[in-house]
Amino acid sequence: MDSIRNITAITKRELGSYFESPVAYVFMVVFLVLIGFLTFFVSRFYEAGQADLRPFFFWHPWMFLILVPAVAMRLWAEERRSGTIETLLTLPITMTQATLGKFIAAWIFLALAILLTFPIVLTTAYLGAPDRGAIMGGYLGSVLLAGAYLSVGMLTSAFTRNQVISFVLAVVICLFLLLAGWPPVTDLVARWAPDWLVQGVAAFSFMPHYEAFQKGVLDIRDFAYYFSIMIFMLFGTNLVLENRKSA
Amino acid sequence: MLKVNHLRKTFGPIQAVNDVSFHVERGEVLGFLGPNGAGKTTTMRMITGFLPPTSGTAIITGHDIVREPVPAKKQIGYLPENAPVYSDMTVWNYLAFIATIRGFTGCQRQERVGKTIELCRLESVKHQAIGTLSKGYRQRTCFAQALIHDPPILIMDEPTDGLDPNQKHVVRMMIRDMAPQKAIVISTHILEEVEAVCTRAMVICNGSIAANGSPADLKTKSRTYGAIELTLSSMPGDLISKLQQLPSAAKVETRDHSVTIYPRDPKQLFPDVMGLVKANSAWPLTGLKALDGRLDDVFRNLTQAREPAATR
Repeated sequence: MDSIRNITAITKRELGSYFESPVAYVFMVVFLVLIGFLTFFVSRFYEAGQADLRPFFFWHPWMFLILVPAVAMRLWAEERRSGTIETLLTLPITMTQATLGKFIAAWIFLALAILLTFPIVLTTAYLGAPDRGAIMGGYLGSVLLAGAYLSVGMLTSAFTRNQVISFVLAVVICLFLLLAGWPPVTDLVARWAPDWLVQGVAAFSFMPHYEAFQKGVLDIRDFAYYFSIMIFMLFGTNLVLENRKSA
Repeated sequence: MLKVNHLRKTFGPIQAVNDVSFHVERGEVLGFLGPNGAGKTTTMRMITGFLPPTSGTAIITGHDIVREPVPAKKQIGYLPENAPVYSDMTVWNYLAFIATIRGFTGCQRQERVGKTIELCRLESVKHQAIGTLSKGYRQRTCFAQALIHDPPILIMDEPTDGLDPNQKHVVRMMIRDMAPQKAIVISTHILEEVEAVCTRAMVICNGSIAANGSPADLKTKSRTYGAIELTLSSMPGDLISKLQQLPSAAKVETRDHSVTIYPRDPKQLFPDVMGLVKANSAWPLTGLKALDGRLDDVFRNLTQAREPAATR
């Protein structure tokens, strides 16, 4: 019971601090404007004449690549820089509770930003008859993808008190995980690498799992993939923080 | 209440804390003294469970901080160095957050937060963001955070650092008021603070304990403990030689119109000098002062002698 109370308390505090600073508002506005621009002007959503949201979901992995590490970089790096990590970790809580509380808060925040794109769903529904299952699946996949990026960013944030280093590391790791299974890249590699290697590396990638959700396919294996990435990264974060040498 | 057993911490090749053991009982205020980098903060961070010790442990009212950190941390209130608090939160919200984690809910939480704010005199700023407050208020907010659950053990790293003299006085009074019900450890490099609030002082140098005793005990190790200072309007010729002949005097120093007699036997020196003064009523004596030893003397002797040659 204590652990749930502690996690909720930390989650609430973190969420509050997003909205007490301009960070949250800037992030949401930038995200919504950019995603609208990319969907309507770059992917030519109207001209395509199809009532489906593929051109919209197509951009999520690329936008998250920059925006999610920007949210994640401050999670621990800021606590270490300002020294508040010392008051936090000397409270009667476990490291796991602290990590989970912070992670859940940031994830809720990202999910909120993603859900605020709902006008595009309304637009599509008004113009035609989109496949509702595919849209729901797309959103679910997008939220899970954001969680996976976030867990990577949280780990890199625990490594260092420097937010820039944390950001760059997270972008690089996420980019790798993204491209490893992206067809244009895998096709290129498949010309010279053995098939089992390409498939093996691609299995670690965000992309094939993300695309499955967009088709409206909810496969337990895709869920398992995202949750194992998150658990692995959070576990890593715990280890890094437990073994840090100083504040 | 608080038992520290053979704490040791190494950072790579550096031995930050080397085999520190002590205990603190209820009613005691232990002052950690030591030059910067002596290992005071590292020791406190290990006791509060922030840093894992390389070896050794601290037992907090029966709970081992290494093996059962959560129950142990419940018994501690900790004020870290530089009072780190979330600057974007208001004082009230911050304390309510701490109170929640400390296990208070509902009205009980409101009451606790309200009481602590009153105790730490934070009423006027309770709805302000902490980042907009002055250093003194931030320090007091962090102090409030450490006190909110009325812990039996209170650990404070330089609690009066950066405060003005009035604020320092307030903090010291608060520590003294709480002392009878708690075991308190404070670290400082302000020696007057040790004399003002501590019942016991411990000098730490290069990671190990150099001295441990009440401030009065420590003072007896000072060169000036039991010394006598005479001031005169002019210097009679026979004064120095007569003083030097006293068996209880070790050394006599003169400066302008004053003479300081350092003791060989601190208890015997005063009656001896008084006898001499009475016998020589012609001496133009204007003042006589018995010195009771200076803590900074002791501090300097203990810490400088131990500093490694390379840094000198």
